[in-house]
Amino acid sequence: MKLPHYLISLQSIVRTEIIRFTRIWSQTLLPPVITQSLYFIIFGGFIGSQISDIKGVSYMAFLVPGLIMMGVINGAFQNVVSSVFGAKFMHSIEELLVSPTPNWVILFGYTLGGVLRGLLVGIIIFGVSAVFVHPQINHPWIVLLFALLTSTIFALGGFLNGIFAKKFDDVAIFPIFVLTPLTYFGGVFYSIDLLPSFWQTISKLNPILYIVDGFRYGFYSIADVPIFSSVIALLIFIVILSVINLTLLKKGVGMKQ
Amino acid sequence: MNAIEIHNLNKTYTTGTKALDDMTFTVNAGDFFGLLGANGAGKTTLIGILTGLVRTTSGTASIFDHDIITDPVHAKMSIGVVPQEFNFNIFEKVIDVLVTQAGYFGVPRKKALAKAERLLRDLDIWEKHNVPSRTLSGGMKRRLMIARALMHEPALLILDEPTAGVDIEMRRSMWKYLRELNNTGTTILLTTHNLEEAEQLCKNLAIIKQGRIIQQGSVSSLLSALEKRVYIISTAKGDEEITISKGGDLYALLQTYHARNIVVSDIRPKENRLEQLYMSLQ
Ligand SMILES: Nc1ncnc2c1ncn2[C@@H]1O[C@H](COP(=O)(O)OP(=O)(O)O)[C@@H](O)[C@H]1O
Ligand SMILES: [Mg+2]
Repeated sequence: MKLPHYLISLQSIVRTEIIRFTRIWSQTLLPPVITQSLYFIIFGGFIGSQISDIKGVSYMAFLVPGLIMMGVINGAFQNVVSSVFGAKFMHSIEELLVSPTPNWVILFGYTLGGVLRGLLVGIIIFGVSAVFVHPQINHPWIVLLFALLTSTIFALGGFLNGIFAKKFDDVAIFPIFVLTPLTYFGGVFYSIDLLPSFWQTISKLNPILYIVDGFRYGFYSIADVPIFSSVIALLIFIVILSVINLTLLKKGVGMKQ
Repeated sequence: MNAIEIHNLNKTYTTGTKALDDMTFTVNAGDFFGLLGANGAGKTTLIGILTGLVRTTSGTASIFDHDIITDPVHAKMSIGVVPQEFNFNIFEKVIDVLVTQAGYFGVPRKKALAKAERLLRDLDIWEKHNVPSRTLSGGMKRRLMIARALMHEPALLILDEPTAGVDIEMRRSMWKYLRELNNTGTTILLTTHNLEEAEQLCKNLAIIKQGRIIQQGSVSSLLSALEKRVYIISTAKGDEEITISKGGDLYALLQTYHARNIVVSDIRPKENRLEQLYMSLQ
């Protein structure tokens, strides 16, 4: 196999992923639209009207980047974990394992599938947000960069979860017990400036804070932490997760007997 | 060149089950080779190792001189596998199952679509190409997996009990298809616990039991051995082993002893190892 072969293989994986998440759109694309719309209406509309501007941005507008990022994170993670687990469950993962497709192509393909779903969900939520607040993006490249890095990290995380998942419950544990709390405490709904200094320090241990903060900077040029260090941190996460996944794939953990 | 070469292959699962016990054998290129053994003998494990789904505990295996561990890309390129259990994505359309699998082997989409149509027509399931694979009947699913294995035109086709649970008519047409495939140069390794299937299709056979090869050779030699009976005849001079082929006349033989004035004190069948094997396989 040479590079063009790998590209064909990669294309096959990604294509299969796209077909999968668009076929079951009512489970993959519709739910985030509904939940995030509810957040916009209830938090942004009903409650937000009682809250003063944060760093010169209306509360409704302040919510937009965080709610988009929530969708991106969940979309990327869920896509990969359910696809990998599903393939293991149906044994169709064997189609890949008996093929000469190298592990890095397998990982890259699934990750790309997750990134695409994450970005698609993000774009849809951005569209929904335009119903509630006039869209404003000051630094499109930063928005795109953070969306890409974040969806990559969580797609890789989903892959890792998928490797270890043995039953359906294992697919839901990480999102419920780790992802959701971190996202809610990650500054989606408030600026950590509003917190007492002790909780500010605790919050800074939460990686999702940096993601939401950098992403929001792309929209309104306001940030709690420096952008550059966030980008570096995200890149380091990507490298670490990739190495772990590739090592596990090489050992055949969760895949080979 | 050998299509498959296996040396001292061992596999012990993490559960402690020893599925392969120091297995060594070769399959020549062009052969139609049968691996005969009861349930649990280790057939699927062996195929898992050859195709990269199961890790070896020790020993080596190579496919057309490509070691499966050190040169997996070339080894895998040469193999098409039809597994024992259905393992395609049940939500995918039939045509997508084929084209996707071909893609994993580096076959471009356009070429794969043409190849898929040809195979589905040959295997008589083309009319189903656009339906989700889960809606196929059992026999059709089996044929879908055969088509999938052939998408990248492998030199070696491995089938793990392909006709288990397939009705007789379908079985015959699958046999015909496989025979033609072998005649056009594809080496075939087939596992079965059905002796008729082995006899109908295979040129060479290995009989495997508890992870060991206990007998191997050409089908004709194994079968002729099966049809002979060995008797132990006791006379005053001691015991004597004689072999009578099936349909041979034991009475006529005893007459020859009588004619020579030898008193036969006992006559008993010697246990026939192959026949026992044969029986244990049923
Ligand atoms: N994944 C596994 N984990 C543990 N033991 C296994 C596994 N797969 C097969 N075995 C055991 O290995 C032995 C050989 O099984 P298998 O290769 O499936 O035999 P066959 O295909 O000839 O029926 C059996 O005892 C079986 O129970
Ligand atoms: Mg088996």
